[in-house]
Amino acid sequence: MSLSTVDAAATAVPPEEPAVKGIEGRTPLQLVVQRLRTDRVAIISVVVIVLIIALAIGAPLIAAITGHGPTDTNVDNGTDANGQPLPPGSAGYLLGTDNLGRDILVRIAYGARVSLIVGVVATAIATIVGVVVGLFAGYYGGWLDSILARIMDVVLSFPYVLFAIVLVSVFGSSLPLTILVIAFFSFAAIGRIVRGQALSQREKEYVEAAHSLGAGNMRIMFVDILPNLVAPVIVLATLLIPTAIIFEATLSFLGLGIALPTPSWGNMLSDAEGVGFQAWWFYIFPMIFLLLTTLAFNLLGDAVRDALDPRTERIFAARRKKKPA
Amino acid sequence: MTLLAVDNLTVSFPTADGTVQAVRGLSFSVEAGKTLGVVGESGSGKSVSALTMLGLNPGADITGSAVFNGKELLTMNQQQLRQIRGADIAMIFQDPLSSLHPHFRVGWQIAEAIRAHTSVNKRDAKTQAVELLRLVNIPQPERRVEAYPHEMSGGMRQRVMIAMALALKPKLLIADEPTTALDATVQAQLMELLVQMQNEVGMAMIIITHDLGVIASVADEVLVMYAGRASERADARTTFFSPHHPYTRGLLGSVPSATGVVGSRLTPIIGSPPSLISVPTGCGFHPRCPFAMEMCIDDQPDLVEIPAGGHHVSACWLPPEMTGVGVAMDTARQRYASAHRGVRSSKLPGVVAAVEGATVYA
Amino acid sequence: MPDTAVDGDVLLNADEIVKHFPIKEGIFFKHQVGSVKAVDGVSLKVRRGETLGLVGETGCGKSTLARCITRLFPLTSGHLTFDGADLSKLSRSQMRPYRRGMQMIFQDPYGSLNSRRRVGSIIGDPLAIHNIASGDERKKRVQGLMEVVGLNPEHYNRFPAEFSGGQRQRIGVARALALHPKLIVCDEPVSALDVSIQAQIINLLEDLQGEFGLTYVFIAHDLAVVQHVSDRVAVMYLGKIVEVADVKDLYSTPRHPYTNALLSASVVADPDKARVRDRIILTGDVPSPINPPSGCRFHTRCPKAQAICSTEEPLLQTAAGDPAGHMTACHFPVAEGEKLASGKATILHAVEGFLAEAPS
Repeated sequence: MSLSTVDAAATAVPPEEPAVKGIEGRTPLQLVVQRLRTDRVAIISVVVIVLIIALAIGAPLIAAITGHGPTDTNVDNGTDANGQPLPPGSAGYLLGTDNLGRDILVRIAYGARVSLIVGVVATAIATIVGVVVGLFAGYYGGWLDSILARIMDVVLSFPYVLFAIVLVSVFGSSLPLTILVIAFFSFAAIGRIVRGQALSQREKEYVEAAHSLGAGNMRIMFVDILPNLVAPVIVLATLLIPTAIIFEATLSFLGLGIALPTPSWGNMLSDAEGVGFQAWWFYIFPMIFLLLTTLAFNLLGDAVRDALDPRTERIFAARRKKKPA
Repeated sequence: MTLLAVDNLTVSFPTADGTVQAVRGLSFSVEAGKTLGVVGESGSGKSVSALTMLGLNPGADITGSAVFNGKELLTMNQQQLRQIRGADIAMIFQDPLSSLHPHFRVGWQIAEAIRAHTSVNKRDAKTQAVELLRLVNIPQPERRVEAYPHEMSGGMRQRVMIAMALALKPKLLIADEPTTALDATVQAQLMELLVQMQNEVGMAMIIITHDLGVIASVADEVLVMYAGRASERADARTTFFSPHHPYTRGLLGSVPSATGVVGSRLTPIIGSPPSLISVPTGCGFHPRCPFAMEMCIDDQPDLVEIPAGGHHVSACWLPPEMTGVGVAMDTARQRYASAHRGVRSSKLPGVVAAVEGATVYA
Repeated sequence: MPDTAVDGDVLLNADEIVKHFPIKEGIFFKHQVGSVKAVDGVSLKVRRGETLGLVGETGCGKSTLARCITRLFPLTSGHLTFDGADLSKLSRSQMRPYRRGMQMIFQDPYGSLNSRRRVGSIIGDPLAIHNIASGDERKKRVQGLMEVVGLNPEHYNRFPAEFSGGQRQRIGVARALALHPKLIVCDEPVSALDVSIQAQIINLLEDLQGEFGLTYVFIAHDLAVVQHVSDRVAVMYLGKIVEVADVKDLYSTPRHPYTNALLSASVVADPDKARVRDRIILTGDVPSPINPPSGCRFHTRCPKAQAICSTEEPLLQTAAGDPAGHMTACHFPVAEGEKLASGKATILHAVEGFLAEAPS
């Protein structure tokens, strides 16, 4: 039998039939972007994040311009005549130097690299693992779910700092280890949400339709269900990045993450221990950058969540209404 | 006596995609003790207009007037509306869960509804609640009165809501798809109950539904709505046997056995109802209409009187005497329409389909 | 089940199909405390090329039965043969090759399409799953299917949200058609649609049946729709078939009191006929399928029930004077012209009682 033999006029609606016009061509992503563009906080957050990324990428450039590497102790002009660190605004040192004469601006720029790499890579690993574990647990249910869900509960209730101390004392501290530790303690947060979503999605009629077509479990999980979980996963991942950055800073502060002299915001803060009020610029600048970065990601995450939530339509509608037509 | 008179009602909502013009200049009236059936497809504005009259549409832009028993409803504040709602005008929704509080026993909820508008004491109100449950055919009402909504089936909750609506013997009962979610046997029970209550108490009813069967069995007068406007209004027999508007004609052709001949092919309306954000120009139905003419694209027809009788008005550019169903009348309509067609109207989807013979209208 | 010569060419044969859903309790160690007897011994045959209508009210088990005969659910017991193959005990992966022969169309045009996938990929899904076509070939076939069901093939890359309810149901039809199945089970395919759109889909299904020689099992609660599309109709009540007959026989001479009640309750879109009818009003609600009544399951609501009805289950058999294909499971089938108890009087009585009690 051929599919083109049906008398088109008998069954066909003329192609001109107007589709539902109001929602034409609007994918969920476009809707989110459109909503985010009306959100001032989201725009400022994005600008801040872009600037920090630029800072991280441009770190070698800053080093070249100032002529100071991140670990250079600048014996000739990095300290004053008495061997004391230079305050911000000193010639050639915009944010001053630390007690070894290292340029704080350059170290912050390199620290931004560490923070962003750890934040993004750890979040990416945690998200992938969390999504896979959560999907399997939620979709299959039964004993597999019991085991995976209990594992995630255990991970979430672990004293992670103690665990990190043990790991570092065994393997020695390094960037990859830091990332793995953070990813390990973060995946469960995503996994639990994905599991819950998968539990509800698998009861949907489109999943039953896929079954009736003969689709296998893997196909249903990754081709059918996964795209429907993108929205919550994006929100969670955005909110996980600042958590991972703070996690890294905490580990580095405790000497368990990025080892000196490689700069990271966390170990710069720990370096500033005991300097008190005299050399405030040791700790103020890393703190400001840490705060700005995490705040920007958190606010962006909240904004994305609001933008993805259909229940907030009223707020967005009111915002539109206020604007002159 | 006219109980409710709605005049030139418009309702619109601002949304992300533009303004939804849910109701666009709707006028109708309901006589005391009579039943008005409002038919239309999803998005025709039939539910919105009812909710608007009761002040249940926060955020909408509303113009026009709705006079109930001599009082203007649209300018009332919430306090005044609360006194009218429940006591004088009661409403039944399609989804009973939205109007029953999940944390209170149904008997208590009915009793409170009674006590909110009368000076009955608690015990008498409770007794009445039991009687009401018995009235709507809930088995073991003495026991059920203590149940929570979640302990009841969907059909039973719907009956509780009907009991609540009937509790104060309202002058007007607005039922929005009251039985759509229910099974045929339960639906028959409840429609019968509403009709009998109406006969005994003399209340007026507005039944909003897409089910022509329900309309046929209870409505005195029928208002057909399309894209936020009234397209036709007439008494029930006229609506079913000599409709004027092509949309009404199309609805009747879409229902199995409505036109009498079982097993014959259905004659659907081409296309889908329009978006209320971008309503078609002229007559809102023209893109789907098999009899569309050049003027239908540009000019919106007003409701004009159809001389054949039956309190019949219709908003269509076809001559008023062209009423009825059947091939002969459809042929006459088509002949008239093709004489008034131009370049644009010949290309409309509904017209093209009719000319190609996809519907029997040709 | 009595077999007769009218069987013709049977495509699907369901024999004593039972589907019970266990109810489990307990936090750590779950144990079964009962079961929902959704389908409880249903036998029916579907002949090649026919449309079998399946009607019944909410909770009667018609949707569960649909999922049993398409083997989306494992059977509790019973036998199912489709096109000569025994499907009763096949696992999900063993079922896969047979899925090409039987497809489903679902009720909800919104829920049954994955909103995050494009229409082309949804309709092409069966072709991808069964490795039938890929790349340009798949796209060509999908666009051919879209044309067949009356969709614009240029809309291949759109998302379901960009279509109206009726167009979405066409997408579902195209998907079901992609594998050239022999049987399509339609589970309330039009009940979520607007009236004018319902007729479009019904006509489409009729055209496709003629064109591709399809066999339908058509589930609906709207009796007028079922009458319009079906060759034969089976009526279900609480997990059992109570009556099955050719559509003409069933609608003209219904034998089972439940069928009578259903038919009299359905409203016809004709004000003259709708008003003169004295409906049979059933009392009470459908009993729980966890604990169905003994004997005939309808006896608790039946106007004709007698002592035997609560003790002995009636067999589905041909009553005296009926054609061989007309079978009824009733001890006291309704005779032609017999009047069952009227409901109007009962309700009027209740209304008067209420008004006498209520203060004015």
